[in-house]
Amino acid sequence: MSPPPLPKVSAPTAPAPEVAATSAVPGAGREILIDIDRVDFCYGTNQTLHGVSLQLEANKVTAFIGPSGCGKSTLLRCLNRMNDLIDGARVTAGAIRIHGVDIHRPDVDVIELRKRVGMVFQKSNPFPKSIYENITYGLRLQGKQDKTRLDEIVERSLRGAALWDEVKDRLHASGLGLSGGQQQRLCIARAIAVEPEIILMDEPCSALDPIATTKVEELIHELRTKYTIVIVTHNMQQAARCSDRTAFFYLGRLVEYADTRTIFMNPANPQTEAYVSGRFG
Amino acid sequence: MDPAHRFRTTASSAARREAAAFWLFRAATYLVVGCGAAVFLTIFLRGAGTVLQKEPPFINTAFFTEAPETLYVFDFEGAHRQMGFREYQVFKAAHPNATLSPETYIYSAGGIFPAIVGTVLLVVGSMTIALFLGVSAAIYLNEYARDGKFIRFVRLSIMNLAGVPSIVFGLFGASMFVVGFKVFGVQFFGWNTSLLAGWFTLAFMVLPVIITASEESLKAVPKGFREGSLALGATQWQTIRKNVLPYALPGILTSSILGIARVAGETAPIMFTAAYVVRDKLPWQVEKLSEFVFQGVMALPYHIYVVSSKIPQNEYTARVQYGTAFVFLLLVAVIAAASIILRNRLRNRYKW
Repeated sequence: MSPPPLPKVSAPTAPAPEVAATSAVPGAGREILIDIDRVDFCYGTNQTLHGVSLQLEANKVTAFIGPSGCGKSTLLRCLNRMNDLIDGARVTAGAIRIHGVDIHRPDVDVIELRKRVGMVFQKSNPFPKSIYENITYGLRLQGKQDKTRLDEIVERSLRGAALWDEVKDRLHASGLGLSGGQQQRLCIARAIAVEPEIILMDEPCSALDPIATTKVEELIHELRTKYTIVIVTHNMQQAARCSDRTAFFYLGRLVEYADTRTIFMNPANPQTEAYVSGRFG
Repeated sequence: MDPAHRFRTTASSAARREAAAFWLFRAATYLVVGCGAAVFLTIFLRGAGTVLQKEPPFINTAFFTEAPETLYVFDFEGAHRQMGFREYQVFKAAHPNATLSPETYIYSAGGIFPAIVGTVLLVVGSMTIALFLGVSAAIYLNEYARDGKFIRFVRLSIMNLAGVPSIVFGLFGASMFVVGFKVFGVQFFGWNTSLLAGWFTLAFMVLPVIITASEESLKAVPKGFREGSLALGATQWQTIRKNVLPYALPGILTSSILGIARVAGETAPIMFTAAYVVRDKLPWQVEKLSEFVFQGVMALPYHIYVVSSKIPQNEYTARVQYGTAFVFLLLVAVIAAASIILRNRLRNRYKW
């Protein structure tokens, strides 16, 4: 992909690493949950991430923004090792630490990791089962069978995803009968049913209409009290509305990482400024 | 008369060629339909004469329930008589003084019950083996294996297997399973002519069809089902078992219907491995249950082959030939219909 011409902006190359590094330093006293440390990532021989370093705080919403192909989804999918599914895809340098543990170490149980790091996908993917079965899918895998306990979790998860009032009368109807926005919230409910610490969202609203998008954004806002959320989005307004911190990526490099307000109001890097003001991307 | 207009048809050469092409394709299609109709009508009309009868219950039950017998045809007191071997014995005993000079036609009386039973057993057993092996291999290739030289070689082997003539499978089965081999004095296989040998031979023959089609069905299951499941902390096997295989099953069954028709219809692979020309005992009349799978059986396609090839053609044998062919097609249709019903049920249960 060739970068578009950028008027009034320096050449679209990566910033000096020290610029990115200094902007990635969080304020004091904040708890660092995910530490991404100089990560390189390759699909076969094609390197898509170059020395990305940033630290994500607990109970915050962090947005990854940037034009298509900038590596933001790739980085997101590294956080629960979904990239393991792709042939030839691997982290070639650096480390990603969650609670200080390098999640790419060979002794890390990827199943356990994915229970702790849930994911919501770009295209809502409810299973062709009932709403109830969708929510309990992850729990049943863990061997939880107790009916009253499951009922409880289903209700709590659906309430947590702001879907309970809409579906409480048809829990045993197929999840595919829901509207697009409801399906996406069902997927969020399914993810929080297994009580993860971190929820990764890969453009969760890109296939939704504005009203459904608003509901999901409100939900993200509420979820931050209990979960650490990382959201990839193409929609800059969305990042501005619902995130606490924003990381801007370009061509596989982290350009700028700061409080969302700073990124949108007073970015340090001219490329960030050009992107958030809509001059390219 | 219409005035000349811009879009008037002209007898250009392009238009003529267009018409010729259209009629060529249409004729080819109709010819195919004609061939199919000719085959089915011949078997149906001629077979119906054997299978159906004019008196109640309108179906020739003996043909379905009895074993084949030799037909005796003779003239007695001016009347033309034909009867099976057992009936002839009784008749002869009742008329001890008569000089009967019957013509005999082997396998032309009685019925084909043992062959029906044998074919059903062969189909069920070999499809069970083929589905188990085929679906397992397809799961490995599609879900677990990473693309590489070895996997490409495996796929090539599967494609080659599909091109092997059925008689070669028959010879392979005969030497591998029927005769077996010895390694350092230990006998492997050597099951003689048996159901087991036939099952494995037929299963190997349909494996490529089942593997290829199962892989296609697995590929048709959306990637989101797998990712969604894995992201919830499912292992790969849990994901496949709960969220992939159920949705691929209707497609796998569709392909196995084709396999059924092939397994039921092949003569060459079973003639060396499982089929007897004639066998008086029925499969369940074994002394020990453990011997069940080590017995040979009669089979419909082989029976057709036997009655059609070994005997000079005559009207009496032709009845059995067409009757058997008719029953055979019916049986395949019934088995296929059963799998289609099963598939549709699954499809309704697992829809997305």
